[in-house]
Amino acid sequence: MALLSKKDSRLILDPLADNNPITIQVLGICSALAITAQLKASIVMALSVMVVLAVGNVVISLLRNVIPGKIRIIAQLIIVAALVIIVDQVLKAFAYELSKQLSVFIGLIITNCIIMGRFEAFALANKPWRSFLDGIGNAAGYGLILIIVGFFRELLGSGTLLGFKVLGDPIAKTGLYALGYENNGFMLLSPMALIVIGIIIWVQRSRNKELIEEN
Amino acid sequence: MARFTDKNSYTILFSVIMVLVVGSLLAGIAQGLRGKISENERFEKQQNILYAMGVDDNEGTGSVTFIPTNEVEATFHKYIKKQLVIQGDEVSENENAYLIDIKKEESHAKEDSNYKRKLPLFIGEKDGKTYYIMPMRGKGLWDAIWGFVSLDKDFVVEGVFFDHKGETPGLGANIKERFFMDDFKGEQIMNGDAFEGITVAKGNNDPLNDRKDDQKVDALAGATITGNGVTAMIKKDVAQYIPYLEKLKGAEKNEIMEAAPVSDTIQ
Repeated sequence: MALLSKKDSRLILDPLADNNPITIQVLGICSALAITAQLKASIVMALSVMVVLAVGNVVISLLRNVIPGKIRIIAQLIIVAALVIIVDQVLKAFAYELSKQLSVFIGLIITNCIIMGRFEAFALANKPWRSFLDGIGNAAGYGLILIIVGFFRELLGSGTLLGFKVLGDPIAKTGLYALGYENNGFMLLSPMALIVIGIIIWVQRSRNKELIEEN
Repeated sequence: MARFTDKNSYTILFSVIMVLVVGSLLAGIAQGLRGKISENERFEKQQNILYAMGVDDNEGTGSVTFIPTNEVEATFHKYIKKQLVIQGDEVSENENAYLIDIKKEESHAKEDSNYKRKLPLFIGEKDGKTYYIMPMRGKGLWDAIWGFVSLDKDFVVEGVFFDHKGETPGLGANIKERFFMDDFKGEQIMNGDAFEGITVAKGNNDPLNDRKDDQKVDALAGATITGNGVTAMIKKDVAQYIPYLEKLKGAEKNEIMEAAPVSDTIQ
């Protein structure tokens, strides 16, 4: 990539696969289970986390030499909480419809451990530009898994994608439903998200044996 | 090397400055945006009330589309003919009745048993038909749910609108989707002469909602508690309006017989 040095581009590409925050580091599972019943919600959550993580990483990185070590976690928490509140207020004032749709997601971002994890592990020790790329990369890795899980849960659970009835109408019995296909209501419940994530982890590790831990 | 950031005095200084900076930043932003946000909320209420009486921009059977915010103010005044506040036996007109905070009224009435809560009632007119629209508020699984229901003079639901603060996306959050709200249209809330409300029922086995007189609509899968919350909300809040609406209905009959104006008979 000409735009980024090789080292920098690894910051973005690594979290997408071999160092994925969800499947490898097993962070951010909570929100991955809670909000992936629909594809649209997954996409929106992925984008919101990307904004907060990228901006937060830059802010933490700029302040990395002045934040006292003893209270760094509290400082990080305050910065992410302030960012989330600002995003929430600005959306409410200028994009009210959108903020209604996001509803709980905005608040849920604060609780996402990927954010604190990246602040602590990366932004506190790196320059702003690299921290920015790290934020984008990790949020993309997180978002990728969210979207895959959301895709399967919405398709198999509700028979729709982004609200469109791709498999036909379950009530009027058209499309696949005419052949006796039924939606799997279990897919809508959180445990199924865990199973889907488990399958993703299994597929990923069986393709790349280096990821399997010895113990 | 001991860094200057390790000193206790620096830690305290840093926390104080951080709290001041973040605090004033947030306060400033909240203050600056407050006017805009409350205007948005006002428009939203008008949109919701209009939606309940079937004034919307819906196309087909897909998603909920409100009257656009730049038109909603005028549309609201066009369709909503009267806004009443019912407080005990007193009924007064108030053109800002839609701004009454239902949550505050509810908690006020709970704390002080002598307090008669203000009940806003909106009377809308569309194509010569009269709609009685009332607000509701209740509890879902995680947080508050609220909405509006519009009845015609025979206590048949003409439309509903539900919203929620934090129900589970894809499950309970679906109470604000067309496929759930549209089911309520045409349901009768009275069972004979007694008020029954509408139950969000599992095992209703009526996905197309053909039975309109059973006081039941199909529940949402995976959203039992939110559905129960909707049932309870309708039962509790609509019931408060029934005495007034019955009086109104009785008055209308008298009007036909005596040709007396409705307003005289109520007051």
